[in-house]
Amino acid sequence: MKKRFHFQYILRLSKSLPFGEVRRGFFFLLLAFCLLPFASFTQQQRFPKPEFSTGYEQPSTVVPEPRALAFEYFDVAVLLIVLSLTTWAVLKKRSRQYVLWLSLFTLAYFGFYREGCICSIGSIQNVTLSFANPNYAISVTALLFFVLPLAFTLFFGRTFCAGACPLGAIQDVVIMKPISLPKWLNKTLGLIPYLYLSLAVLFAATGTDFIICRYDPFVGIFRMDAKFHMVVLGIAFLLMGMFVARPYCRFLCPYSVLLSWMSRFSRHHMTITPSKCIQCKLCASSCPFDAIDYPTNEKEVIKSGLGPKRFLTYALVIPLWMAIGVFVGAKSHTFLSKANPDVYLAELLISKPEIKNDKDNIDVQTFLSSGKTLEMLVKEAEIIRNKFYIGSMIAGGFMGLVIGMTLLNTVVFRKRQDYEPHRGNCLSCARCMNYCPVEK
Amino acid sequence: METNKTQNRRKFIQNGVRLSLLLSLGTVSAAALRRVTADDYVWQIDPFECTQCGRCATECVKKPSAVKCVHAYALCGYCDLCGGYLKPGAIARDTGAENQLCPTAAIERRFIEEPYFEYIINEDLCIGCAKCVKGCTSFGNGSLHLQIIHDICDNCNECAIARVCPSNAIKRVKASEAYMVKGDFKKPKA
Ligand code: SF4
Ligand code: SF4
Ligand code: SF4
Repeated sequence: MKKRFHFQYILRLSKSLPFGEVRRGFFFLLLAFCLLPFASFTQQQRFPKPEFSTGYEQPSTVVPEPRALAFEYFDVAVLLIVLSLTTWAVLKKRSRQYVLWLSLFTLAYFGFYREGCICSIGSIQNVTLSFANPNYAISVTALLFFVLPLAFTLFFGRTFCAGACPLGAIQDVVIMKPISLPKWLNKTLGLIPYLYLSLAVLFAATGTDFIICRYDPFVGIFRMDAKFHMVVLGIAFLLMGMFVARPYCRFLCPYSVLLSWMSRFSRHHMTITPSKCIQCKLCASSCPFDAIDYPTNEKEVIKSGLGPKRFLTYALVIPLWMAIGVFVGAKSHTFLSKANPDVYLAELLISKPEIKNDKDNIDVQTFLSSGKTLEMLVKEAEIIRNKFYIGSMIAGGFMGLVIGMTLLNTVVFRKRQDYEPHRGNCLSCARCMNYCPVEK
Repeated sequence: METNKTQNRRKFIQNGVRLSLLLSLGTVSAAALRRVTADDYVWQIDPFECTQCGRCATECVKKPSAVKCVHAYALCGYCDLCGGYLKPGAIARDTGAENQLCPTAAIERRFIEEPYFEYIINEDLCIGCAKCVKGCTSFGNGSLHLQIIHDICDNCNECAIARVCPSNAIKRVKASEAYMVKGDFKKPKA
C-alpha cells in the first residue's frame, strides 16, 4: 500500500521536476525500503524489481529467430539450378516450353514465395555499399546473387533474364500483342538503364538510399501489399507490358546494363536457327523485344554515307560528351544530395531556422533533443555532399561516354548475312526458335 | 581469304574482351569477398537509440508493422500505475479502455499479488506505435521497447523504416544475434 503511494507521488512529481533529481531522490527511498541484490540494473531502473511472495515465476522474453541461414543458401542453390536448367533449355534443348515452365517456377518461388527479395538486381547496391562503407560487409548470398547470373551470361548469354529473374518472369507472362518500336526510340529509351544504374550506385555509395529496391515496381505485387502509388506503378507496368514487351527489363533495369555487356561477348549464345539460316524471314518479327538484327543491306549503307570519316568525327566528340556529362553532374550534385536525410535536415535548419518551433516535425524535434549541435550536423552533411559532388561527376562522365558510344555504334557498319539475335538485347527467351523452319 | 582474316580478328577481339570482363568480374567478387560475411544480416532496433517517434507503425512495408513491442520482464517494476499501460492522468484503478495508452489494447494486464501487475504484449494486436514505449521509458523502467520481429519481417534489402528513422536507431545486425532485447542487451558505454 505504502509503495503504491510512492509511485503515484513520484509520478506526479516527475511531471514537475527534471528527471535526474527525481531519480536520485527516488533511489534513496528505494534503498530505504529494500536492499537490492542486482546492482547492475540500478543505473537504469527507476522501480526495483519486486520480490514476489506468491511464488510467481517471471516469464522470460522470447523472440522468434530469423529465417535460418541454411535457407538463404538454399535460395542460392535454387538460383544455380534454375540458371543451369534454363541455359540447358535454351542452348541445348532449344525449347520455349521448358523456358516458360522455368520462368513460371521462378515467378512462384523468387517472386511470390520469397516476395521478390533477395534479387540480383538489388544486389548491385549491396556490392556497392560493401566497397563504400567499411562498416558493411556483404553476405555471401547477396554476393552470389550478384555474380552468378553475370558469370552465366558471360558464357551463355542472358539466360538469367529468360528463366531465373522473377521480375522478367512476371512481365513475360503478360505479353499479349507486342508492338515493334522504331529503332531510334529503342536506342534512346535504352539509355535509361545506364542512368538508373549510375544513380543507384551513387545513392548506395553515399549511404543515402537503395533506389532499386524502393522503386521496384513489382515487389508490391509479389507481396500483395504496398503503398498505393507503387501498386499503381506495378499495374501500369504490367498493362504497358502487354503491348511493349518487358518494359522494365528493356528500358529501366540497371542490372540489364551489366548483363548486356556480358552477353555481347559471351562464349556461347543461343541462335535462332539450329543449323544454317536460309533467309526465309519467318523469324523476322517473332521477337517481342525487337532484338533480332536483320541482314545488312550494303547498298543502303553506301548511300547513307557511313564511312570512316563519319566514324572518326563521332569518336572524336566522345570526350566532348563526357565533358558535358561531368559538367551536368557537377551542377546537379546539390540537387541530388538532398535525397540524403542528413543533408536535407541540415539544409532545412539553415534555410528555415523557424522550423525549430514546429512541434510536429519529428526529424527536427528529434535532432534538437539529441544533443547534437548544428555544426556537427552541417559537417556531416558537408562530407556527404562532397561525396555526391565527386560521385555525380563520375556518373555524368560515364553517361557522356555511354551516349557517345551509342551514337558511335549507329555509324558502325557490321556485315551480317543472316537473321541474328542482337547479343546485348536478346533475352534468350527462345520464342524465335519456334519460327525457324530449318531442321536440325 | 579476306573475310577469313576479319573474322579471325573479330574472334580475337571478342576473346580479349571476354577475358577482361571475366577478370573484372573476378576482381569485383574477390574484393567483395575479402570482407564478406558468412552470416546474414537482418535489421534491428537499438532500443537505447529509439526515440519512440511512431514511424515504426507507419513506415514498415508490412501492414501491420513487423515492429512490435517487446517486454523485458527482467527489468519491469510490475507497477500498478504503469506509465506504458495507462494514459497520463488516468485514474489509477480504472483500467477501462479509455484509460489505456495502447490504441489497440494490445497490452494485457494481470494481477499477480498486491501491489504487483504483470503486463503482457499481445503481439497480434500490437502495431508498433511506440506509445507504450514512450510512456514506459519516460516514467518507468523502460522495460517495454520496440524490436523488429523476425518471423514477420521480410528482411528488406533496405528497411523502409531505417531510412526514415529520425534517430538512426535501426541497424543491420548479424542474423546470429538478431535481437537487442533490453536486459541481455545493455547500452554500450560511450
Ligand atoms: S522509427 Fe526509429 S525512433 Fe521511431 S519508433 Fe521506430 S526505431 Fe524508434
Ligand atoms: S502501444 Fe503501440 S507499441 Fe505498444 S503494444 Fe500497443 S501497438 Fe504495440
Ligand atoms: S525490413 Fe522491411 S519488413 Fe522488416 S521492419 Fe523493416 S520495413 Fe518492415
